[in-house]
Amino acid sequence: MNITELSLIETIEVLKSGRFSNEELNIAYTARLSDLNPKLNAVLARNQKGHGIPAIFKDVFSTKGIETTAGSKILEGYKPVFNATVVEKLEEQGVSVLGKANCDEFAMGSSGENSGYGPTHNPWNLDKVPGGSSSGSAAAVAADMCVLALGTDTGGSIRQPAALCGVVGLKPSYGRVSRYGVIPMASSLDCPGPITKTVGDARRVLEWISGSDGKDANCTKNSFARSLLTKLKNLHGLKVGVPREYFGKGLDIGIEKVVKGAIKQLEELGAKTVEVELPHTEYGIATYYIIMSSEASSNLARFDGIRYGHDRNLFGPEVKRRIMLGTYSLSSGYYDDYFQKAAKVRSLIKQDFDKAFEKCDVIVGPTSPTTAWNIGEKVDDPLSMYLSDAYTVPASLAGIPGLSVPCGFAEGLPVGLQILGKYMDEETILNVGEVYEKATNWRKEKPSFAEATEGQARL
Amino acid sequence: MQYTPVIGLEIHVELNTKTKMFCSCSADYFGKEPNTHTCPVCLGLPGALPFANKEALEKCLMIGLALNCKISKDSYFERKNYFYPDLPKGYQISQYRKPLCIGGSLALHLGGGKLIRINRVHIEEDTGKLFHKKSKTLIDFNRSGVPLVEMVTEPDFKNVDEVVEFAKTFQQIVRDLGASNADMERGDLRLEANVSLREIQKDNLPDYRIELKNINSFRFMQHALEYEIERQRKLLEQGVPLYKETRGWSEEKKESYLQRSKEDAHDYRYFPEPDIPAISFNDSDIERIKAKTPELFSSKSKRLETEYGLTSETAKTLVKQGMAGYFEEAVKEGEGLDPKAIANAIVNKRQSTELSPGEFTGKLREVTGKQETSMGDLEIAVLSVIKHNEKAVGDYKNGKESVIQFLVGEIMRETKGKAVIDKVLKILLEKLND
Repeated sequence: MNITELSLIETIEVLKSGRFSNEELNIAYTARLSDLNPKLNAVLARNQKGHGIPAIFKDVFSTKGIETTAGSKILEGYKPVFNATVVEKLEEQGVSVLGKANCDEFAMGSSGENSGYGPTHNPWNLDKVPGGSSSGSAAAVAADMCVLALGTDTGGSIRQPAALCGVVGLKPSYGRVSRYGVIPMASSLDCPGPITKTVGDARRVLEWISGSDGKDANCTKNSFARSLLTKLKNLHGLKVGVPREYFGKGLDIGIEKVVKGAIKQLEELGAKTVEVELPHTEYGIATYYIIMSSEASSNLARFDGIRYGHDRNLFGPEVKRRIMLGTYSLSSGYYDDYFQKAAKVRSLIKQDFDKAFEKCDVIVGPTSPTTAWNIGEKVDDPLSMYLSDAYTVPASLAGIPGLSVPCGFAEGLPVGLQILGKYMDEETILNVGEVYEKATNWRKEKPSFAEATEGQARL
Repeated sequence: MQYTPVIGLEIHVELNTKTKMFCSCSADYFGKEPNTHTCPVCLGLPGALPFANKEALEKCLMIGLALNCKISKDSYFERKNYFYPDLPKGYQISQYRKPLCIGGSLALHLGGGKLIRINRVHIEEDTGKLFHKKSKTLIDFNRSGVPLVEMVTEPDFKNVDEVVEFAKTFQQIVRDLGASNADMERGDLRLEANVSLREIQKDNLPDYRIELKNINSFRFMQHALEYEIERQRKLLEQGVPLYKETRGWSEEKKESYLQRSKEDAHDYRYFPEPDIPAISFNDSDIERIKAKTPELFSSKSKRLETEYGLTSETAKTLVKQGMAGYFEEAVKEGEGLDPKAIANAIVNKRQSTELSPGEFTGKLREVTGKQETSMGDLEIAVLSVIKHNEKAVGDYKNGKESVIQFLVGEIMRETKGKAVIDKVLKILLEKLND
């Protein structure tokens, strides 16, 4: 058995059984991280003192005494004086910080290329992007450099890199997990969540990190607790909605084939598929980029270099672009036509989902319209980069939960199946994801370079 | 051309809550070691989030209710975006489109009870404080995030006296409510006035207005307004057009000076604060807050007048001295004593008010008792009057009660006015009904 291939739940069991110790666990992961990180550039700061279950946190999570840069040069050398709530809650469960994951600067990007510390590479093909903005988190889990990773999803930043790296990514409902201590991009959209090796792991992490902490005023709902019902073995009685809008122009043929195959398998597992409509999907990207950039332009104002951090010239080009977009949308004379209008369309997108969920329990489709693209391919074309979020952004605007589960490969690269659920109903999407995962073997597929590495601890 | 001033007032008042507006740091910052009342939230550290202080919201609501405002049921916070070193987040959490309290009014004594309309009362957070020392500027964030209430009137003032009366009344109100110390010297209360001049024949508002800032006392406000009205009058008379601008007041030079002209006007890019849910107060919340709102100065003194027959002046003095509660206690303890006499004794300090209200009235009774006709003498006087006024007594017994007044007058004359009317009446009725 290879320690670093174990899921979180398996790791906990093996630790309990005493077959290996926390120390051995940390040695194994530290060695693997040291081996692979030069190739992947997935991890920035490392924590030498970790001795719990090794986790990697996207560099937007404040970690007390450990450099936290949000992928930006402006914060180089910044060591927070406090931990994010998610970090605190995980430490209470015996999880420790192994390192901080590389990411697009201030979580702005869909490829990982916008980091001030160089791009992260996709473990399945080092020439490809891992997706973003939780690029390092997804790559690290895919390469077994940690047991679990934490990311943030504002418009798809957990689900999309999870899909492109062939791992599980869960965006919880907005307000399910406290944002306290997470360096924000867009406050009304940001959702911290897990990137894991299995759906069961994601469920376990959500149980640990959810619930109010009295510090995030939008996180007042109860913790996510495991349903007392026995785990589902099949999907009999479940209605799966398939939106026409998620299978139109812009979707790669290879992806379409794989995702439709996965939906067929859901039917074979007992689910009934129904066609649903999400008519405002086409306005998702425009709406998202106005609301997100408006909030971001304001959230980034504190980086004035007076109390911490460096000169504002160190903001990267994508960050500057969004500050300008957002500042424009909020300016007097433009507010009504941009921010205000976007807020109204956001309500319509929410209503789309409310209506669709009258007909079904979950909505499925592709997480990303394409597989991982070449590093450098889209950097000069921000708009085409923005369009890669077309299927993830609507759920972000609606605040509903979404799960990306590996569902196959197209041209040798992983494809993710997105499962969206009703607001605060993570239970159902996790159940569906878990039944699907157990019925398939995708979870056992690993990037091939992994076998070539040395320094693996074996039992 | 003749001009008349058009003045509106903006008052900021710092609340005296235990903790700051959005974090649990102590809001009692005055005179404390710099940067000791701070945390990630009020320092604007990355990832820190605001959590609204309920006590502050309730105090803002109390002020709004005291100014007869409507309470908005769909109020929310907004971000006011601008850069300044004392503003750690790069935005101030304030209110703009949906303030907590809207559309109130306050009556002045001047102008025959003139009503000043209140545009809004909203809640926001204070900034840090800059200290300029030689070539360096230091920042103290102890004040950053202290709750601040902003009250804005309509431009209803026509002269400086009205403004001063309003400002003083407002100060008294927030003190009565226990919402703020409202001490101008400490910066708890800050005044800003919008001043312009209107041609007397015209009804519409002028197309410019001058915002006056840095006014640190009621006296300075008077000086600043008088100066500014004159300055504008002279310019308008010379045909110089005036534009919207912000001016500061220098008390040393006794003049206002330009701070910001129209061209430098900020675009604050207000938008709803996404970190905090909308504020919701329902009717029962509002009733609960009303119930625990302390009685205001003005309504308290009016109540003392009507309930105890005090003069307006005595009633106000009692309230101003903070002796209203003591007075009401003393009236209860000193049954039989004239409330007016008690009030006068308190106001004129005839007895030490260090005593308990009971002891106070006891002493008062001793002192006045010596001058009062004794019970024996009073009884003799009553019997004598009854004896010498047979007709009146007969009328009374036939049901003509109005003769009582005449009989009491006779007894008072007999006792040379030294008897207490209540007692005279009591004994007289006893004897008549025997």
